[in-house]
Amino acid sequence: MSTSTATAADAVDTDTGIAAAGRGRLAMRPGTWVTWAVLAFFLVNLAGVIGTVLLNSFGSRWFDSWMPSGWTGHWYSDAWKEFSLSRVLGVTLEVTLLVVAISLALGVPAAYALARRDFPGKKALNLLFVLPILVPPIAYGIPLATMLYKVHLAGTLTGVVLANLVPSIPFVVFTMTPFIEQIDPRIEAAARVCGAKTPTVLGRILGPLLLPGMLAAGILVLVRTFGMFELTFLTSGPTSQTLVVTLFSAVNSAGIRSTQSIDAMAVVYTGSMAVLLLIALRFVNPTQLVARSAD
Amino acid sequence: MSAVITTAPTRPALRHRLAERGVDRTLLLVLPGALALLALFCYPFLYGLQLSFQPTAGGVFGAYRKFFSDPFSRKSIWATFSLAIPASLINVGASIPISYRMRRDFRGKRIMLAVLVVPITLGTVLTAEGILEFFGPAGWFNRTLHLLGLAASPMRLTMNYTGVLLSLIISGFPFAYLLTHSYLSGIHPSLEKAAATLGAGWWQRFRYVTLPLLLPGLLTTFSLTFVMAFAVFPSALMVGDPDGHTHVISIEAYEAALERFDYAQGCADAMIMTVLMLAVIGALAAARSRMYRGATGGKG
Repeated sequence: MSTSTATAADAVDTDTGIAAAGRGRLAMRPGTWVTWAVLAFFLVNLAGVIGTVLLNSFGSRWFDSWMPSGWTGHWYSDAWKEFSLSRVLGVTLEVTLLVVAISLALGVPAAYALARRDFPGKKALNLLFVLPILVPPIAYGIPLATMLYKVHLAGTLTGVVLANLVPSIPFVVFTMTPFIEQIDPRIEAAARVCGAKTPTVLGRILGPLLLPGMLAAGILVLVRTFGMFELTFLTSGPTSQTLVVTLFSAVNSAGIRSTQSIDAMAVVYTGSMAVLLLIALRFVNPTQLVARSAD
Repeated sequence: MSAVITTAPTRPALRHRLAERGVDRTLLLVLPGALALLALFCYPFLYGLQLSFQPTAGGVFGAYRKFFSDPFSRKSIWATFSLAIPASLINVGASIPISYRMRRDFRGKRIMLAVLVVPITLGTVLTAEGILEFFGPAGWFNRTLHLLGLAASPMRLTMNYTGVLLSLIISGFPFAYLLTHSYLSGIHPSLEKAAATLGAGWWQRFRYVTLPLLLPGLLTTFSLTFVMAFAVFPSALMVGDPDGHTHVISIEAYEAALERFDYAQGCADAMIMTVLMLAVIGALAAARSRMYRGATGGKG
């Protein structure tokens, strides 16, 4: 009796098991295929979007055919002269490095205080740091540009740096907070008990422990400032344009510029971005690049 | 001497009381950053707000009345929402099944994630330039369609609504995917295994176990994708039809402020834009706060 029920149960079990496996395989297959097909379609189109720009920048002429009719590299020297890229790259470098340095200097201490202390009004302060990330750059960029015009800072390098600090400081704060939270406060307390003064605690305890976080935050701000279009576009003048704004102006303003030299500039932009990205991905997780707030 | 004695007991007491509530010298560290944001974000915003109530004509609310009475500018609200909502729905909708499939570790996953970061860093300007050439009438996309016999004449995919939608998907999908992926990896697989042990099919496991835990995270992803799509600017100018169907509100604000130099109108448009966006974000946040946020789950 007992054996028969056992075998019956067994039979039922294997039966449903097989049925479930079979059903699962049949039901999963189309779904899996569709998902991978959608992803592959997306990636193929993405490669096409980047690839056409890259090929066009090396092609001598490209009309109504699969491939350019010939290959040349002279669009790069054209673009270098036509858009005075050496100056533009210099300005871009200056702006991004200044923004990284200032936002780290202002953001890291703020992140430390916010991560360590619980005080009245902390929610309001957190809101102050979240809002610049949440409100679209165009929406606060226009009033900011208007104000910068009034104080004669619009169009200058200072104005561009100031505008780019607005999203960068909160970004540093939210990137640094988890790094600071994982440092045990007892380590600092122990250093103090052993007689360390504040500069020693900062330089020999907190500094080395925070360095990886600061590196990550700095690289993320660097990547974002390099690609930040709206704020720089609204506040820059002819001598303070970064690469991405020059690229946009070249595309958007009517003129007799060849698309190939514009694409050459686009490739210079993508190339620098790719280098920055490769460096960034060595130190940070891809999801950190998109996370806007640590909510 | 006597003064010192009388004040001495109260002074440390106040300091201690403050320190007990977390107010001490460490808090001064937050000041430089907070002041910078007050000066560069809050002050300009309030300045813009008061400027928007001082238009050249039409009284206090003149700029706002002008925005809502002119059909061209009023329609920019509709143009913005009709781009932002489908784009965010597509991006979040597509990232759910894909991240669900890609939860397991497999070879090349890290490269895959790195590839997906590329469009975010390309920026909208380069994406738009690429779209113009790839999806254009003589681009590879239309050539392939023609070669496969799928389209007799080239499809018009740029300089219109589709072009902007494509650019929002190319730059927005990886963003939505990476966020969904990180939320989904926060849900412990043992929960689904437990459900499977109890006999739940894959749909039941997804519908009753994973989805409720993921939903707060999905709403966060949707809000952030929406914010990005809502502020679409360079691609609406470059691959769109900026005088027609893709005359979005950010173009309206930009043209008022920096092409017509009507700062009051530009600031008013920026304020309308902010209010609309905050209303949507607020509604989503309110919906999210009503949801279950367990110890294990898609955080958000």
